Amino acid sequence: MSGTSRPRSSRARPFLIAAALLFLVLFLVVPMGVVFASAFGKGIGWYLRSIRNPETLHALRLTLAVVAFALPINVAFGVAAAWALARFRFPGRSLILTCLDLPFTVSPVVAGMIFIILCGSNNALGGWFAAHGVKIIFALPGIVLATLFVTSSYVARELIPLLEAQGRDEEEAALSLGASGWQMFRRVALPNMRWGLLYGVVLLNARAMGEFGAVSVVSGHIRGRTNTLPLQVEILYNEYDFAGAFAVASLLALLAVATLIAKSVVEHWSARRGAPVAPAPMATAAVRRMAE
Amino acid sequence: MAEVRETGRVRFAERSILPGLGPSLGFTLFYLGLVVLLPLGGLLLRAAGVSGEHFVSTVTSPRALASYRLSFGAAFAGGAVNAVFGLITAWVLVRYRFPGRRFIDALVDLPFALPTAVAGIALTTAWSPGGLLGRPLAELGIAAAYNPLGVVIALTFIGLPFVVRTVQPVLEDLERDSEEAAAVLGASRLQTFLRVTFPALAPALLTGFSLAVARGIGEYGSVVFISGNMPMRTEITPLLVMTKLEQYDYAGATALAVVMLGASFLMLLAINLLQRWQRRAA
Repeated sequence: MSGTSRPRSSRARPFLIAAALLFLVLFLVVPMGVVFASAFGKGIGWYLRSIRNPETLHALRLTLAVVAFALPINVAFGVAAAWALARFRFPGRSLILTCLDLPFTVSPVVAGMIFIILCGSNNALGGWFAAHGVKIIFALPGIVLATLFVTSSYVARELIPLLEAQGRDEEEAALSLGASGWQMFRRVALPNMRWGLLYGVVLLNARAMGEFGAVSVVSGHIRGRTNTLPLQVEILYNEYDFAGAFAVASLLALLAVATLIAKSVVEHWSARRGAPVAPAPMATAAVRRMAE
Repeated sequence: MAEVRETGRVRFAERSILPGLGPSLGFTLFYLGLVVLLPLGGLLLRAAGVSGEHFVSTVTSPRALASYRLSFGAAFAGGAVNAVFGLITAWVLVRYRFPGRRFIDALVDLPFALPTAVAGIALTTAWSPGGLLGRPLAELGIAAAYNPLGVVIALTFIGLPFVVRTVQPVLEDLERDSEEAAAVLGASRLQTFLRVTFPALAPALLTGFSLAVARGIGEYGSVVFISGNMPMRTEITPLLVMTKLEQYDYAGATALAVVMLGASFLMLLAINLLQRWQRRAA
């Protein structure tokens, strides 16, 4: 306590705490409260009916299907990218790190439209797919592709700083004690990554389930066919079914609450076990600078 | 066999006994190329096919210019609000102990976790003229939702974690020695903050501000509900891209997307330079 609050306790303290609280209440607490208050605005019966609506259930299933594709693929990519970029130095490494930052800076709308340009039926690639009966745009593959793009570096950017901080001693020790490369990876490297991996998965999952802009562009908004939960929220809202929109939104808000809780738990546990993970917006660039 | 292959790689990279560079780097390059670079390259290729005249007339049309003014202006305004209150929030979280601190610390990441469409309709309802926060403002004659101010509010929400999360670790690592030395030498608390603490935080603060602005320029989901989407007045650039796509004006959408890509590339460059400065300052 004495180390963190200064002995010459300041008069500014209550004002600064009040200012921070007011800011967070206005911008974070009130909107969250609005979601749940409006969701039950027409009573619990309306709430349950909105959630059990077949179109909403279909949107939920589609959202889960998209996550079922995006999560394992981007976790595999994140682990591979982190291993290559954090454990080895080679020419072109910082260029790859910059490419990892790209999906974070590109507007979601642009992230969606690049797949329309690439796979739309009006060009060679899209035409080839169409000729073989595969629909990409305005269908599940397009939604998965756009989600893969926007969530591609979530795991890598958590793992790279973690691997850099941990060093390679334990892995090298395992190898010199006679473990094969695969045994070392499975028994030493992967367990050491677990907190960062879990942290990245939590954030990736939230973004994959909640992505709106990119998915909105490629989905085509076909009701009961290509609507994910966030798109269903938009449709209901634009039809002035506010209670229905907020009922569906409350499911996504619960996901956000679960994400924040899981995040705090992972931060807490990983710090206690001496391998802290940290919230790191665009960490890859920061780490690149630190590592050099 | 594996040994021989590995030594070949080691010379290309740095001497390391760890295995797996080949497959992990190979998969990384293949995946990045397929999912990120090929589609972005396709956009640039498509843009190269748009006639120069059409490109220029699209990106400099009055409607496009008005959308840049709103997107960039509101992103900067939201970033500025976050620079001030984000700094205060980070300060409070690091320097003070009070009940509920850990809850607030976790809450700061809400904009990362809450889907933007949900944030959009919630902010709109809260700040609309009949809403909880909009009504008092409306009585003061200030309209928030369906006005440029609404865009600033949404972008403040979206950018909130960036400043807090970049300043917080720097503030935690800051040596208290120099602050205490300044105090011992007779500096007032304000002088100590302005002359000693703030200069040490400035690079991180500016980095957080830039990250918030970069995110704000491209933001779509949280803005489209609260902005009102009136061309020339409350239409952000990503929405204009969306409108052109819906009208099958792919050439126009591509031209505007290239402008946005250029802007995000410049922001990325600025952020990397800032981080280099931050490292030198540390």
